[in-house]
Amino acid sequence: MSDNLLEIKELSTGFFTEDGFLPALDKVSLTLKKGETLGVVGESGSGKSLTSLSVMNLIPTPGKAVGGEILFKGKNLLQLGEEQMRAIRGNEISMIFQEPMTSLNPVYSVGEQIMEVLRLHQQLDKKVARAKTIDMLRLVGIPSPEKRVDDYPHQLSGGMRQRVMIAMALSCQPDLLIADEPTTALDVTTQAQILDLMLDLKERLQTSILLITHDLGVIAEAADHVAVMYAGKVVEYAEVKRFFREPLHPYSQGLMNSIPTLEQTRERLQVIRGVVPTLQQMPKGCRFCTRCDEKQTLCEEEAPPLIGYQGSQVSCWKYTERWEPSPR
Amino acid sequence: MHKENILEVKNLVKWFPVKKGLFSKTNSYLKAVDDVSFSIPRGEVLGLVGESGCGKSTTGRAILRLIEATQGEVLLEGQDLYRMGKTALKEKRKDMQIVFQDPYASLNPRLTIRSIIGEAIKLHQVVSEKERDAFMEELLYEVGLGKHFLNHFPHQFSGGQRQRIGIARALAVRPKLIVMDEAVSALDVSVQAQVLNLFQDLQQKYGLTYLFITHNLSVVKHISNRIAVMYLGQIVEISEKEEFFRNPQHPYSRALISAIPSSSPEIKRERILLKGDLTSPVDPPQGCRFYSRCPEAQAICKEVQPPHKEVGNQHLVACHLR
Repeated sequence: MSDNLLEIKELSTGFFTEDGFLPALDKVSLTLKKGETLGVVGESGSGKSLTSLSVMNLIPTPGKAVGGEILFKGKNLLQLGEEQMRAIRGNEISMIFQEPMTSLNPVYSVGEQIMEVLRLHQQLDKKVARAKTIDMLRLVGIPSPEKRVDDYPHQLSGGMRQRVMIAMALSCQPDLLIADEPTTALDVTTQAQILDLMLDLKERLQTSILLITHDLGVIAEAADHVAVMYAGKVVEYAEVKRFFREPLHPYSQGLMNSIPTLEQTRERLQVIRGVVPTLQQMPKGCRFCTRCDEKQTLCEEEAPPLIGYQGSQVSCWKYTERWEPSPR
Repeated sequence: MHKENILEVKNLVKWFPVKKGLFSKTNSYLKAVDDVSFSIPRGEVLGLVGESGCGKSTTGRAILRLIEATQGEVLLEGQDLYRMGKTALKEKRKDMQIVFQDPYASLNPRLTIRSIIGEAIKLHQVVSEKERDAFMEELLYEVGLGKHFLNHFPHQFSGGQRQRIGIARALAVRPKLIVMDEAVSALDVSVQAQVLNLFQDLQQKYGLTYLFITHNLSVVKHISNRIAVMYLGQIVEISEKEEFFRNPQHPYSRALISAIPSSSPEIKRERILLKGDLTSPVDPPQGCRFYSRCPEAQAICKEVQPPHKEVGNQHLVACHLR
């Protein structure tokens, strides 16, 4: 029995539009072990959210997964019907989103919304569900949960709402929690509280987390492994300490150098020139080649596969035999 | 050597009335900015940091008189903007500009870039009509965009490019002071680096002064000379940058710094967790505004508002315990 909880294999998802098929995710492969936090980092449009929506089978139309497998505890989620999927969502896999105001229903009290999950998936009766809801609110650090349970979302601050979302997501003790930019809309001091809470609960409830973010700092704080996505592809996958010590892919390196940090003082920031290509004009070879300073002819012609390199995985010709050493 | 202050803000106050009831009676005030004072020497960058709702943007806008302050003075090159007639103020607006956070909302979608940038040039007669196009092309070049973009509309640009247009618009009237209101917050990191470098280049080239408003301490550390921390409508600490990060004094500043995710999993910062949430700025507490969340709070903090104390070379902090 493998200890991989979630295995995404060569997942391709795209959109069927008037301009033809647009490949938003191109053969994305990711592995999340039991009890682990996998951070997926990338800029807007890199496909990180689409990856998580694919796992939940919630891709917005006209999008569709067209290839690959998503194995969750050995089952391929892409082959499940809507009915079976609904039994998994919120129960075995649950999700928290970036904007806690828009993902909570404003006309129901937070207690009712959490109780709904419990009653649906665990068939608890009203009284038990309410008691469990109060327990969950206490667990996520909401003061006087007996009163707060009847509050409506607008009565809570952003940080409190995100705590409610976490309580709701964890109420059925899911095996996998997908957190899509869970702290992006929050202030830094609140972000620190929420990250600490998530890590603490992960330990206590033995939940695995797929953490999606644009912020390398959040990855450094919270993740065990990191996958860097660029333009719908995983370009690097590594253990987190190793990644921050020595990022391999030119994009990862560029990303790391372009961020001002508290630890270092730089006169000027290094930049990655240009912008992410749109789906309509994706380069034929490596998707990063239009912005890469090290590109060779090979990069323009053929997309590099994800290869193993010193315990990490990287998608760059530089680490293969076909790379021509620089003439210097 | 003492550099001349281009901007001096003295006891700036902005209260918003909170209306309630049938006859919209005002019985309380939201004290968004409450007695804020600072100055910026010419050619320097002051970073104004704080979390959402602390009043940093309101401060920026009240300085430019985009909203009217309730009280206080704003001296731009020695002249009080709040004691100026309409005509004089309009003339003065040439010297101070603003770049907004959201590059999508701050450009009129129905105007071409030519009209967006050209409007201010026309109004302030920066250059003659004949030279206008050449001048605008030069501006676009300056911010890293091609001159053929003049006839394009905002929707044809990416976020980073739009922010460059916003900067070109601000630069068009050759201002002395630019208020950057979360000017890079909406951008992706790789683009953010490009725009930050552009800010620095322009600042050096034209000797610009920036009031750089942001919630991001790392960005502020990169770009500012001095840093002011705001909490609930007041400045709690203001200091030269290096000194601030080496020796932060106010408990809130310390918590803020400790909350920033570190840049490597091998550096673990000692985290100071704050209790609770931001207190409401409607009728704030009479003592120290940070009292309810402060890990070091004492009895006096609840009763008396702490004054600004100098704890080092131009390092001011508002805390009873320092």
